[in-house]
This record gives sequence, structure tokens and C-alpha cells, in this order.
Amino acid sequence: MEQSALLLASSLNAGTVLAIAALGLLINEKAGIVNLGAEGMMLCAALAGFATVVATGSHTLGLLAGMLAGLLLAALFGLLVIWLNTNQYATGLALSLFGAGFSAFAGTGYVQAKLPEQGPFAVPLLSDLPWFGPALFRHHPLVYGALALVLLLVWWLYRTRSGLILRSVGESPESAHALGYPVRRIRLGAVLAGGALCGLAGAYVSTCYTPLWVEGMIAGKGWIALALTTFATWRPARILLGAYLFGAVTMIQFHLQGQGINLPSQFLTMLPYLATILVLVLISRNPQWIRINMPASLGKPFYPGA
Amino acid sequence: MLRVELRAQPSRVWSYASPLLALVLTVLIGMALFVLLGKDPLRGLQVFFWEPIRTPYALGELLLKATPLLLIALGLAVCFRSNVWNIGAEGQFVLGALAAGGVALLAGPDSGRWMVVAVLLAGVAGGMVWAGLTAWLRDRFHANEILVSLMLVYVAIQLLGFLVYGPWKDPLGYNFPQTKTFEAAARMPRLFDGSRLNIGLPIALALAAGIWLYLFRTLSGFAQQIGGLAPAAARFAGFSSRRALWIALLVSGGLAGLAGALEVAGPLGQLTPYVPAGYGFAAIIVAFVGRLHPVGIVLSALLMSMFYIGGELAQSRLGFPKSITGVFQGLLLFSLLACDTLVAYRIKWGK
Repeated sequence: MEQSALLLASSLNAGTVLAIAALGLLINEKAGIVNLGAEGMMLCAALAGFATVVATGSHTLGLLAGMLAGLLLAALFGLLVIWLNTNQYATGLALSLFGAGFSAFAGTGYVQAKLPEQGPFAVPLLSDLPWFGPALFRHHPLVYGALALVLLLVWWLYRTRSGLILRSVGESPESAHALGYPVRRIRLGAVLAGGALCGLAGAYVSTCYTPLWVEGMIAGKGWIALALTTFATWRPARILLGAYLFGAVTMIQFHLQGQGINLPSQFLTMLPYLATILVLVLISRNPQWIRINMPASLGKPFYPGA
Repeated sequence: MLRVELRAQPSRVWSYASPLLALVLTVLIGMALFVLLGKDPLRGLQVFFWEPIRTPYALGELLLKATPLLLIALGLAVCFRSNVWNIGAEGQFVLGALAAGGVALLAGPDSGRWMVVAVLLAGVAGGMVWAGLTAWLRDRFHANEILVSLMLVYVAIQLLGFLVYGPWKDPLGYNFPQTKTFEAAARMPRLFDGSRLNIGLPIALALAAGIWLYLFRTLSGFAQQIGGLAPAAARFAGFSSRRALWIALLVSGGLAGLAGALEVAGPLGQLTPYVPAGYGFAAIIVAFVGRLHPVGIVLSALLMSMFYIGGELAQSRLGFPKSITGVFQGLLLFSLLACDTLVAYRIKWGK
């Protein structure tokens, strides 16, 4: 009983990181931009958040600093991709490589640092329920924030005019341009929002999820988040579901070890990566399915002409 | 306000000048970084660009480090020219190292010199298998090769960890996670006394020539590039895109695996958890900076090797973290991409 509640709780927590990053990337991709730099942005944001908490003691400021770091790097990416029409894949890769290098370089002084304790979180009354309390109601506020974000995105993307415009930019930037919408500014906005959310996720990792800083600590979560957008066929609600599923896969290794299952730890660590591959294979099997759901001009540059 | 205007023709001049301009930009930003951190920027320049070529020994080290970068980047050039985005070369490098290491561990004190060939072939096969996995999942299930190849990097690293912490651990190694040192028969023959440089360099240079011939002098190489530039045209010409996918991934996987074999049976001499040193990722930058052209890649591999050695020297001489190399690598690719805009576009002032 107690075990299963803890497994659910830790899966939700782990899934939240992936969900926030993947929702950010979803906004990018709905506007037609693939940002392979998620991993790099999350790493820099993780460091920025960690360093801010070390300096100020405030976890909220840490999360904000992470968002700012993600935003700045996304702005650089956006400038290159949207105004200089550089290849989106190559530029995203550059961002990931730079982010990994820069965070390792700038973070050397923080490897031994410790963060102040954060008080336990509890939703009043509900957190005292047996089983449900520890499973669902003793989380960091951001875990609930991710839920709210999904609802917000579903409403915004599919129920508002501005959401429709964003999607039109991702489907056919030429038409959106012909209708007089500022395609490039809309895309930049989407890229910035995505960067800020990836930054938030990165900072959550280093300040709340595993409060420490080590080089490369994001360990592929940015890439898994990218895979999640495909897995979810670009639907916000499915992203949340997928993220929790992946959270569970990540967490199950610790529980298996706890159960005394004698598999070398390396094979357990492989699980999330293997699961990502498996999920990509399952979802991509039917190319029609992907083609229908994918924003039509995903990854294609837009040059408005003279 | 700056604005970009499409050129009628891509500029030939800028396609050569852009990597140079990117290098200048990276150096300038690097020097600014040194000043910001209170270090002498000229000393920095010296450490990165003069020390690595000052003595014959240093030069040997420079070439030794350039070898895996050159090999991997050559394969990536074939991939990227075919519009196949293999970014998991690091994993293919590790698998090549694993396979080569496994064969090298079989060598006894009286094995013949032919072991070297077996070790290298095992490396190639290991890398090919790992890249082939990506090709298969892409071909059969349309799974995105970027994400699959990258996920396989993490899997490969865990596999290496399992072997060196588990079944392949040296029983006499004081419980360190490493295999025993390979027998001399399985180690790469060195070229000169007083340098660690081994037969990897001539092999890599020969392969650079081979890839040049393949890309620019064979029909199959031509088909690869057409498939990358104009998929529709390739289809009309009857060039198979599936074939192109497999060739691109097998060639680059094989080359990355070969690099892994040369590394473990060369300077490393054993398998440890430190085999993955990021060459697979750095080689992406090498490939782009070298314009996806074998000759350019030879030069950019040397440059990237300087960044690596400079980073190590900056650590020992100037007290910098070694990871400064990663910062410069990232900056170089960013600058290159920005400068490459000048190839296809004109930058103009005005409304």
C-alpha cells in the first residue's frame, strides 16, 4: 500500500519535469519550430536556478532564474533560426552542445554546494487522507502547476483566436503571412515561451527534484521531452499522460531495486531511454497518423521574401 | 534595421570564408571571456593555438586526438549530405570500442600481429550494428533517427558501464571499473619512437580520400547527395531512399566504430567508463565546420583537436575547468551557423 503510493507520487513528480518541458516544446512545434536545444537550455537553466538558490536561498527566485536562462538561450536560437534562416536541426544541436559545455564550465564551483531545505508541501485536509494523501496531495506546487498548464494550453490552442493564429503559423506560414500576421514575431514568441518552460523544468530538476548540481544532470530529459511531443501526436493532454508514464518508467527502477530484483543497475538505468525508443517506434509505425497530426511546416524555414 | 535578402546563387566565396569568420568570432568571444574572468587573453591564445604545435611530441598528440574526430566526422558528412540526421555517433563510437575491446581481451601473450586487424574490424562491426539499429527502426517503423540514435548513446554508455563494472572487470585491478590492459599484440602499432601517434592517422587519411572518391566520383555517392538535396528528384531518378538511409548510417556507424577501436586499442589500452569523451558530438561540429567535405574536415578535425588539447592545457596552466573546450565548441558551431547565412543571403541595411 505505502509502496504503491510512493511510486505514484514519485512518478508524478518525475513526470512533471518532462511534462513542463514537453509542453514548452509543443508550443514551439505548433508554430512550426523544432528546438533540439531543449537539453542545453535545461542544463543551463538547472545551473542558473541552482546558483540563484545558493545565492539567495529562495527557491522561487531559482525557478524564475531558470526560466530567464531558458528564455535567453531560446532568444539566441530564435534569432538564428527565424531571422537568419539557419537550419533548425543544426542550430538546436549547437544549443544543446553549447548548453552542455557552458553549464559544465560555469558550474564547476557549485558541484559540492548544498541547498537550504524546503518545507514539506501539503494540501490542507486532503494530504491527511490515507494512501491518496501521500500519493497525490503532498507535492511541490509545480506538480499541480503542470496540470493547470495543460488545461490552459488546451483552451488557448483550440478555443481562442490567438491559439488558432499560432497553429496557422505552424501549418502554413505563407498563408498566415498573406493574411497579414507577423509570422516571424509569432514564431519568436513561441520559441521564447518554449524556452522559458524548458528553463522552468530544468531549474525544477536542480532545485526541487534532485537538489544538487552535477555536470550533465539533465541526462537526456530534454531529448525525451522532444520525443514526447511526437508520442503525444502534438496534443497537450496526451503529453501529460505520456510524461507521467515516462515518470513511472524512470521511477520503477528504484522500486525494482528496493524489491530486491537482481538486475544490474545499468540495465535499469537504460529503461527510460529504451522506453523512449519503443514508444517512438510504436507511434511512428503508421506514417499517415503522424502526417495528419504533425504541424505541416514543422522544421521548415520561412522566408517572407522582399 | 538589418535585413536579409536571398541571393540568386549561393556565394562560393562565403562558403569558404564563413568557417574562417566563425573561427575569428569564436576566438574574439573566447578572448573576451578570458578578460572577463581576469586571465591574460594572449596567454589563452598561446595555450590554445601555439602550445599544441610547439614541439614534435605536442604535434603528435594533436594528430592523435584529431584522428577519431576526423573518422567520425567523415561518416557524419556522408549522413548529413544524405539528409540523415545521425547524432548518435557517440554511441556508435562506444559500441565500436566495446566490440574492439572484447576482441582485444581475447589476445594472449603469444597472439600474432593479425590481432590488430581483428580488433579494428570488430570496432567497425560494433559501430555498424549500433547505427544499423537506428537505420532499421527508421526504415521499418519510420522512427525519427535523431531521437533514436541519441537515445542509443545513453544505452551504449550504460552497456559499457555494465561490462567494466561487471563481467569484464580486471580481477587484479583493485576493484577499479576497468578491464585489464590489452596485450601488446592487440595494441595499435606506433608510427614513431617518442610519440603516441599510431597507425590510426594514416588509416583515417586514407579513408578521407576514400570518402572523397565515394562522394564525388561514384554514382552511389551522387545518389546519396541527390537524395539529401532534392528527395523528389532522387525518386524520379530511381535512387532508393531506403538504400541511402542504410548506406549513410552504416558508413558513419562503421567509421565511428573504427574510431572507437583505435581509441581503446591505441592511447587508452583498456576499457574504462571514460571511453566516451564526447568525440561523437564534437565531430558533428567538425563535420559542419569542414563544410561536409573530406578536405575541409581534415582541417577542422585539427582545429577541434587544438580546442581539446588547449582545454587540457588551460586546466593545468591557467587553472580553468577543462570543460571550457565544450564552451568553445558550442560557440564555434553557433558562429558558423550565423556566418553561413551569408552564403545564401545578403545582409542589407534599411527598410
